[in-house]
Amino acid sequence: MGELIFIGLGLYDEKDISVKGLEAAKKADVVHSEFYTSDLAGSTLQDIEDMIGNEIKILKREEVESKALPLEEALAGKRVAFLTAGDPMAATTHVDLRLRAVEKGVPTTMIHSSSIFSAVPSLLGVQHYKFGRTVTLPYSQDDREYPVSPYKNIKENKERGLHTLVLLDINSEEKKYMSVNEGIEALILLEKRLGEDIVVEDTLFAGLARVGSSDPEVKAGYPKELMEHDFGTGLHCMVLFGELHFMEIDSLINLADAPKEIREG
Amino acid sequence: MGRKEKNVQKARKLMEKPKQIRNIGTAAHIDHGKTTLSDNLIAGAGMMSEELAGTQLMLDFDEQEQERGITIDSANVSMVHDYEGDEYLINLIDTPGHVDFGGDVTRAMRAVDGVIIVVCAVEGIMPQTETVIRQALKEKVKPILFINKVDRLIKELNLGPEEMQQRFHKIIRNVDELIRKNSPEEFKGEWRLDVEGGNIAFGSALKNWAISFPYMKKEGISFKDIYAHIEEGKGRELVKKAPLHEVLLNQVIRHMPDPITAQEYRIPHIWRGDPESEIGRTMINCSEDGPTAMMVTKILIDEHAGEIAVGRLFGGKVKDGMELHIDDQPKKNRAQQVSLSVGADRIPVDEIKAGNVVAIGGLRDAIAGSTVSSIDEVVPFEEMKHFSEPVVTKAVEAKNTADLPKLIEVLRSVAKADPSIDIKIDQETGEHLISGMGELHLEITEHRIQEEHGVPITSSEPIVVYRESVEHEGGTFVGISPNRHNRFFFDIEPLEDEIVKAIDQGDISVHGKIKNKNELAKDLRELGFDKDESKNFISFTEDNVLLNMTKGIQYLNETMELIEQGFEEVCEEGPLAREPCKGVKVKLVNAKLHEDTIHRGPAQVIPAVKNAIYGAMCQAERILLEPKQKVFIDIPSDLMGNVNVEIQQRRGDVIDMQQEGSDSQIVAKCPVAEMFGFSGDIRSATGGKALWSTEHAGFEKVPNSLISEVVREIRERKGLKPEPFGESHYAD
Repeated sequence: MGELIFIGLGLYDEKDISVKGLEAAKKADVVHSEFYTSDLAGSTLQDIEDMIGNEIKILKREEVESKALPLEEALAGKRVAFLTAGDPMAATTHVDLRLRAVEKGVPTTMIHSSSIFSAVPSLLGVQHYKFGRTVTLPYSQDDREYPVSPYKNIKENKERGLHTLVLLDINSEEKKYMSVNEGIEALILLEKRLGEDIVVEDTLFAGLARVGSSDPEVKAGYPKELMEHDFGTGLHCMVLFGELHFMEIDSLINLADAPKEIREG
Repeated sequence: MGRKEKNVQKARKLMEKPKQIRNIGTAAHIDHGKTTLSDNLIAGAGMMSEELAGTQLMLDFDEQEQERGITIDSANVSMVHDYEGDEYLINLIDTPGHVDFGGDVTRAMRAVDGVIIVVCAVEGIMPQTETVIRQALKEKVKPILFINKVDRLIKELNLGPEEMQQRFHKIIRNVDELIRKNSPEEFKGEWRLDVEGGNIAFGSALKNWAISFPYMKKEGISFKDIYAHIEEGKGRELVKKAPLHEVLLNQVIRHMPDPITAQEYRIPHIWRGDPESEIGRTMINCSEDGPTAMMVTKILIDEHAGEIAVGRLFGGKVKDGMELHIDDQPKKNRAQQVSLSVGADRIPVDEIKAGNVVAIGGLRDAIAGSTVSSIDEVVPFEEMKHFSEPVVTKAVEAKNTADLPKLIEVLRSVAKADPSIDIKIDQETGEHLISGMGELHLEITEHRIQEEHGVPITSSEPIVVYRESVEHEGGTFVGISPNRHNRFFFDIEPLEDEIVKAIDQGDISVHGKIKNKNELAKDLRELGFDKDESKNFISFTEDNVLLNMTKGIQYLNETMELIEQGFEEVCEEGPLAREPCKGVKVKLVNAKLHEDTIHRGPAQVIPAVKNAIYGAMCQAERILLEPKQKVFIDIPSDLMGNVNVEIQQRRGDVIDMQQEGSDSQIVAKCPVAEMFGFSGDIRSATGGKALWSTEHAGFEKVPNSLISEVVREIRERKGLKPEPFGESHYAD
């Protein structure tokens, strides 16, 4: 009987994998990976292959979701390592693969790594207890109406005094990542449509880029300011804030260059 | 100056005086002599040389129409006629009698206020006669009757004067009954045929005479006299005593409404906008002062001028160089070559006013049916009510690959000119598919592409377009998204027959964006829709409906657009053979969605929805529907046996059989799939003695014994594996 090992690659480059993960990947018969839920912006495939000394087969969405290739290999008796960016189950849909493996009697293991869900509060110095529902802003498609739920969920969080982590869409085929600037723009469009005063002139945002790297960009400020701010390359994400604890205010000013006036407000 | 030129001058003056205008059409069963009638009216009115009339078929100016001797396009002509000392401008629209082009008849009806119903004295009321009378009355177009080919009663059928009179009375009774049944409420009495009143004439369009009962009385002519004239071959004297155009055009002027009178009651009926708005008032009053409002009834393709939009100007005026809005089109078009029409000729005019039929160049974005206006966002004229839907498809290819770009352009303009033609590109094979109302319809369209547009093409054998549906209820079936984090639960059942019928006949309009949901819900309830369901419809695709029966599911709203898309894709390609669906009621009864938008995007929702609907359709037992045609065949009685054999070989049912003297009429219902090549076969079976026509008769279930064979054929043709998927395929 084979086995299926979920290994988190961490946030930025090939060196974010844990030692445990690295060892397991080296020992695996087959290594699969997917980069459609997230990406490792600081590494090439070659970098990762060199690191683990094993060839990696990159799977398309369909090969993971419908064909469940990692499971197929495991059922064929192989020890399969399935590598994903961040922590393995942060891309929530992968739980399906694990459940299917369990159903078929294939043993599974989970090897964690750093995740955006803890890295963002760490970098900003805000408290992870105080985050509400996470939302994702998707790229707009054709002339479809843009979904309103991200906006509604931010509103709901805010009403409960909670922060919102806003993830930004990626297009893995075109290697395109949505920027903080584009994200704010999308929210402003929703604000114009729905008008519930969630994004106004003095709404405090934080934008983050290249989280997990040695030179992450972290900047808190108002929409107008952040729209003009250059966050550079890599994956971006943002945070909208609920009620801030005084320690959080201090952190944002000192760690994220937030405007000092937030201390009074 | 010739007579024609003089009349052109008069026409230019008369078009300024709506009280002296009549916009009329002619309508009839095929071969009842409608086009000959129009031609002789035009010749009589001095719009073409008299010798040509009756033989040249002026209105049939399409080369192919002249070859076939039938009218394909409804052309239009303006003529001048004197009546009791005043001159009148009569705009005549000739409509096709072949059933395949029914959409064209309907559009022509929109443009006219009165119609001459032509009935052949020998054949009497035919199915198309019934259809055109219904179409006219539905558009509030006032009918008068002309009984044609009277001489043939005497010469060919050897009827005596008494029998002839009886036959007239029978035709009049039948037509009058149809008018009574179908008239708009307010005209139920007024529009009845009245032998004394003079809204009936009889005569011979070919021999150029016509007479009415009051005229007979006035002139002291009896049936016997007419009878004697014809019998003795003194037709010429009849022409002098009762010239066709004189008698008929007098009737037209006396009995048909001028545009000012007609638009007052027709506009609120055919236009759904606010009658109190500026443009509404302009049209109701047929006023030249106000916004321009025109409905395009036809696009003619002119070799030199390009596309010419012909239509009725209901309000305002049109001048060269005017910027006009076309409904649904983003850009304005500039009107060019504004003109009146005289058959193939067009008479340019500087300006034309409300109440006329007009031809305009330069309206590139207009198609037959478009609403054209000087102001933006005018409520369009009601969606055209079509009485038939495309049933036959052919794949066409350019003979020379170099012609491909031109072919695409030509197909586009052919579809513009004839909206009952549907053009599609098969994404997988790259073939161009043209769909139409029948084999003949497509043949004519191909001819146009080759001869008029000069693109040599090859085409495939015609293919029948089937429909897919379900036998009973099915579901609840669960569709799971590829990431397995979203689930959609669907029930399926056949849509109520009454509603399918109402949609097909255009009694309720469900296409495009539904503006007044409450009103539609009310209509649906009246047609037998469940009260809850009527409140919950999301959208219609043809005659399939999507209902949302769920309540309060988070994120469902922003997912609905994707669900609709999945539903539409199913409607376009059913589960049996990827043929369009018909009459399927799809109910979303539950949904479980992932928290994050990213995990419930199109790639997840659409396949899940399609699987759920397909799976539920499997449970509801998939059926295949095929288009049927009514076939009307006139033959000498001794050949009935041969015709019956032909019908039976084609899975046809004889539904009526009548014998009159040595002639018989057979009415049969046949599957369109079996009708290919009928023309040649019936000719050889009857030695060319059969006269026949067809009419679309809706869709019926393919017999159970044939379904799997037909499905396999279609699937193989489409390059699919021969067996359709079963229920279990959609479960995972």
